[in-house]
Amino acid sequence: MLSPERLKQRAAIIRAVRCFFFDRDFLEVETPVRLPAVAPEAHIEPERSGARFLRASPELEMKRLLAAGSSRIFQICRCFRQKERGSLHLPEFTMLEWYRSEADYRDLMDDCRDLLRYLGKGWRGPEKPGCDVDAEWEKLTVAEAFRRHGGMSPEEALEQGIFEEILCRDIEPRLGIAQPTILYDYPAELGSLARLKPDDPQTAERFELYVNGVELANGFSELNDPQEQRHRFEQERTKIVVMGRDPGPMPEKFLQDLAIMPPAAGIALGLDRLIMLLCNAATIDEVVAFTPEEL
Amino acid sequence: MFTASDLRKGLKIQIDGEPYFVVDFQFAKPGKGQALYRTKLRNMLTGNQFERTFRSNDKFDKPALEERTMQYLYAQGEEFHFMDTKNYEQIVIGRDQIGDDVNFLIDNMEVLILFFNDRPIGVTLPNFVNLSVIRADPWAKGDTSGSDSKPVTVETGLVLQVPPFIEEGDKLQIDTRTGQYITRVKE
Repeated sequence: MLSPERLKQRAAIIRAVRCFFFDRDFLEVETPVRLPAVAPEAHIEPERSGARFLRASPELEMKRLLAAGSSRIFQICRCFRQKERGSLHLPEFTMLEWYRSEADYRDLMDDCRDLLRYLGKGWRGPEKPGCDVDAEWEKLTVAEAFRRHGGMSPEEALEQGIFEEILCRDIEPRLGIAQPTILYDYPAELGSLARLKPDDPQTAERFELYVNGVELANGFSELNDPQEQRHRFEQERTKIVVMGRDPGPMPEKFLQDLAIMPPAAGIALGLDRLIMLLCNAATIDEVVAFTPEEL
Repeated sequence: MFTASDLRKGLKIQIDGEPYFVVDFQFAKPGKGQALYRTKLRNMLTGNQFERTFRSNDKFDKPALEERTMQYLYAQGEEFHFMDTKNYEQIVIGRDQIGDDVNFLIDNMEVLILFFNDRPIGVTLPNFVNLSVIRADPWAKGDTSGSDSKPVTVETGLVLQVPPFIEEGDKLQIDTRTGQYITRVKE
């Protein structure tokens, strides 16, 4: 259980995050926790709650708010994912998501930079001399990272089924060390809700933010073509079925609204991890009031 | 049957018919990617350690391990004999499997023997044993060399550092996990 001092640090960081978004004219929103349908994603197992699912992310509902005319929104909320537990994972965790209409992933990269610099006073990394958020950030494409640290292309790694291994073992520990790293332009199949690059349909406009080797946020230019989105969902559902799970119903209302969603970009940031890094904590356990094991 | 999501430090699993102890465990999951269960495993038969990464779909059998309390009888060459005091069944364990524990084995000592598929594969000693000192240099009163310990030999042949006041014939409590002197015990 967390000490009063650490609880105060956590509350202060969350308050500062809210101030950051309020200052930039973002509207704080709340969307439902229990959902009749979720985005089918092969590697996310949603928790069930009666006939519904607990949200693994507020993504679909926040995009529907964009479709309904909101233009800058953020949410700080609890999300749930089965079987995720490690030094950086909790099956119930706090997510910060924000969305901008008429924007793309490069705008979100700027948001990330501004947010970390805003929170940056006293920023230190665990052990390391420190990741300097005020220095110029490193921007590295996924292809370049795999070539430099993995000795192969991301496509080769995917084909051999070792994309995650190389990423976790050889690449991630080298990211965000001296300054934060933006790892960007993922293979298309790794961004089922992301828009593809207009000049390169093999690549999704998706990026991840790394600080001290820790993946902090995942953002992308949003796919807003309902036919293409349905097709990608179908592909994910096939994978889920092959893995022996029930994909659940298709999120039809989301697909309907996607047709009127303006061009947009959205990002999910693990708020517990951000707090962890700001508090110089080595594990996520050190920054949440209770871990599942303590209940 | 275990699945990858059951993996944690200290779990014992079976792979290709052999028992493994999970020495270290890390859950990793890159955003949108599949989960990786990174482990450091120790083969409980050979003692070999290595790293291995599993995926969500990997499954493991539970190794048929059983621990029984047995009494140490005697050593014959490289063979160490133990007996189950309930049914008088005797087993033999090789010197290589006993390892450094040989330094703490004395006749009639009760130990835990680990069986895998009814085959003895390991010995767990009590955390503390009492052993008699068979050789010690006398304590020179007024020794001003400043040393606060000296070596003695105990009945099993183990040599360890103890405070200067320990003499031949003293009984010492020793931590079998570290091999260190704890205290002198009175009979």
